[in-house]
Amino acid sequence: MTEIMRFREEVREWLQAACPVSMRAPMVDERDDVWGGRRGAFASPDQRVWLERMAERGWTAPTWPTQYGGGGLDAARAAVLEEELKRLGCRPALKSLGVWMLGPALLAFGSEEQKREHLPKMARGEIRWCQGYSEPGAGSDLANVQTRAVLDGDEYVVDGQKVWTSHAHVADWIFCLVRTDPSAKKHEGISFLLIDMTSSGVRVKPIKLISGASPFCETFFEGVRVPAKNLVGRPNGGWTVAKAVLEHERALISRMRDARASEDEPLGSMAARYVGREGSGIADPVLRDRIAQADIDALALKLTLRRSAESVEAGRGPGPETSTFKLCATELSKRRLEIAVAIKGFQALGWSGDGYAADEIATTRAWLRSRASSIEGGSSEIQLNIIAKRVLGLPD
Amino acid sequence: MSFVLTEDQESIRRSAKKLVEERAPIAQLRALRDTNDPLGYSRDLWKQMAELGFAGMTLPETYGGAGLGLTELGLVLEECGRRLVAGPLFASLLLGGGAIDLAGSESQKEHWLPRIARGEAIVALAHEEGRRHSLYEVAAHAAPVGDGWAISGEKTMVVDGHVADAIVVVARTSSGGRDGLTLFLVPRDAHGLDVQRRATIDSRNIAFVRLGGVHAASDSVVGIVGRGADVLDRVLDRATIGLSAEMLGGMQEAFEQTIAYLKVRNQFGVPIGSFQALKHRAAQLFCEIELVRSLVAAALRAADAGSDDVALLASAAKARASDVFVHVANEAVQMHGGIGVTDELDIGLFLKRARVTEMMLGAAAHHRDRFARLSGY
Repeated sequence: MTEIMRFREEVREWLQAACPVSMRAPMVDERDDVWGGRRGAFASPDQRVWLERMAERGWTAPTWPTQYGGGGLDAARAAVLEEELKRLGCRPALKSLGVWMLGPALLAFGSEEQKREHLPKMARGEIRWCQGYSEPGAGSDLANVQTRAVLDGDEYVVDGQKVWTSHAHVADWIFCLVRTDPSAKKHEGISFLLIDMTSSGVRVKPIKLISGASPFCETFFEGVRVPAKNLVGRPNGGWTVAKAVLEHERALISRMRDARASEDEPLGSMAARYVGREGSGIADPVLRDRIAQADIDALALKLTLRRSAESVEAGRGPGPETSTFKLCATELSKRRLEIAVAIKGFQALGWSGDGYAADEIATTRAWLRSRASSIEGGSSEIQLNIIAKRVLGLPD
Repeated sequence: MSFVLTEDQESIRRSAKKLVEERAPIAQLRALRDTNDPLGYSRDLWKQMAELGFAGMTLPETYGGAGLGLTELGLVLEECGRRLVAGPLFASLLLGGGAIDLAGSESQKEHWLPRIARGEAIVALAHEEGRRHSLYEVAAHAAPVGDGWAISGEKTMVVDGHVADAIVVVARTSSGGRDGLTLFLVPRDAHGLDVQRRATIDSRNIAFVRLGGVHAASDSVVGIVGRGADVLDRVLDRATIGLSAEMLGGMQEAFEQTIAYLKVRNQFGVPIGSFQALKHRAAQLFCEIELVRSLVAAALRAADAGSDDVALLASAAKARASDVFVHVANEAVQMHGGIGVTDELDIGLFLKRARVTEMMLGAAAHHRDRFARLSGY
């Protein structure tokens, strides 16, 4: 038996014993998500047990070094762990912007002290992080951030406003892009700063979206004092760190869309339920053609993700196709929800209350929420700019 | 079954690329067109392809083939697509030869397959009749006479029909839709067989075939009488996937030529590729082509693995390739501006090939309909 096979057996055995049965049931709604943090509550005791057991082994951040709370697994073992988790139907023990986005950047750019201080708490789900990138005047033009950080002794004094900070109202810390040199060219005067949300002068205001949810906030900074040691990378070198984080974010958004789409009811059977069948096919031929188009595109995207992953596994690195993922995944997910609304017809127009089934309201809310997916994390237009420049080499 | 090419596959791609680049410039297609060449393809190139083992690539080694998969042939067809090669490879190996390989009798195989593999014989498939691809709507009929059959009817869009040594003809032997179809192997010199070459926009070799009571001996049936549709489905799935690979090469080349042009063509004192209106459209095309590439690769591999979803993937690939090739070609002409609509520039030839391949073996809507049916809706 190879070492990898032994590892797989060990993982399987451990998961069987460690993962509570209720943590193997399909997730129903957002209460099943565990985000951790000082203000995070567990919806069930099993959620806590599952997180503690996974964190104990470092498997909430499988590839991080063990001294930072990770599992110390190589890529092959991490893949085995992921496969075994999926095989058993285990829910994610922890969802975390810290682990997914900030952690990899800290490992690459952070000081030893920063890694020791922040990574283990992320991996254990003790501290929940949010992302302070966009500002009212810095959306697609992200490098235009105006939030100022001025060095005063061994502290930075931060003044300004961030917007679209996901879950800032429940987060403990925020990683921010701040302007430390207003006289430099815009990409060269930015620093990457970690700020404790409990600091005096930090104020958070949730934004209500068209979907009715408030996953985003405005975050205000007024004379917030931040220890200078919380600056990641070198002063005015924050753009490099920011880009590394953004790449993780885009990969994440496309993966999440992919995962969600696969959980949804297939459009074909949804249409058969709502518009009926004629012979063996859906009664509405135009709708049927749109569904087939969307299904073919979903299949193509899934295969493209696999093609890219195989290329990486074979040591050939990701191909140029990876830069299409965020764009294709979000545009497709929007299209699928447009079709779902068309299928459900009048029943997709309900906001709440009597007359609308839970899945109908869920479809409608998901459709409204999906409008943001091609704007957040770099809009579709920005993705097209990136492809034109980096892949096709078209001139500025 | 991996998307990553093996070393052998890489080497096949390289030799196909080299051959096509050296021996099949697009100027060759123009010359064949402008001189009204009676064959319509380059004998020299075809001979080279046969020598490299391409002509019989997917045929079993026992019949002189290379015994390779559709994945390998797909690499060759993709390179052919880049230079708009109009040789008999696709039709002879995947259509006519494909039918014989899948369902032919031992003596049919022994006679035809080694000749096909050596590039000495071309076998076409005559299956289309109407204005668009519709596989089971067959009016051509075969009536039993004496020790064989008398076939009458008309066939259109017969690829390489005018240079074929034999044609596999689909005819109705009893009423019904999908049922009642039979495949007959008809030699080119059969009495009552009239083959007329058609001049199509893309200079691909297409023929119209009329059968006036052509006599076919009973041993000319390919497969089982009345069960031809089972064979046709499988043959056309493979051919559809191969054609999609060829289309992928064509769209990739048209796209690359257009990107190169956007970088060198100056207007208003700057390269037109610096305009966002064009950049975004170019980036969209890039995404579309990458999606097609994945579908084609998956379909080729599914065919080789004999998996259950071959038909589904064949239709997904052809639906997407049809739409994207036409879209890429239209955009390529538009982005080239005035020069794009001249015969002098090659880009218009891609536009023409895109339209022909789009409709061949079923356009996008046909394959989406089939995809939906196979998916249960």
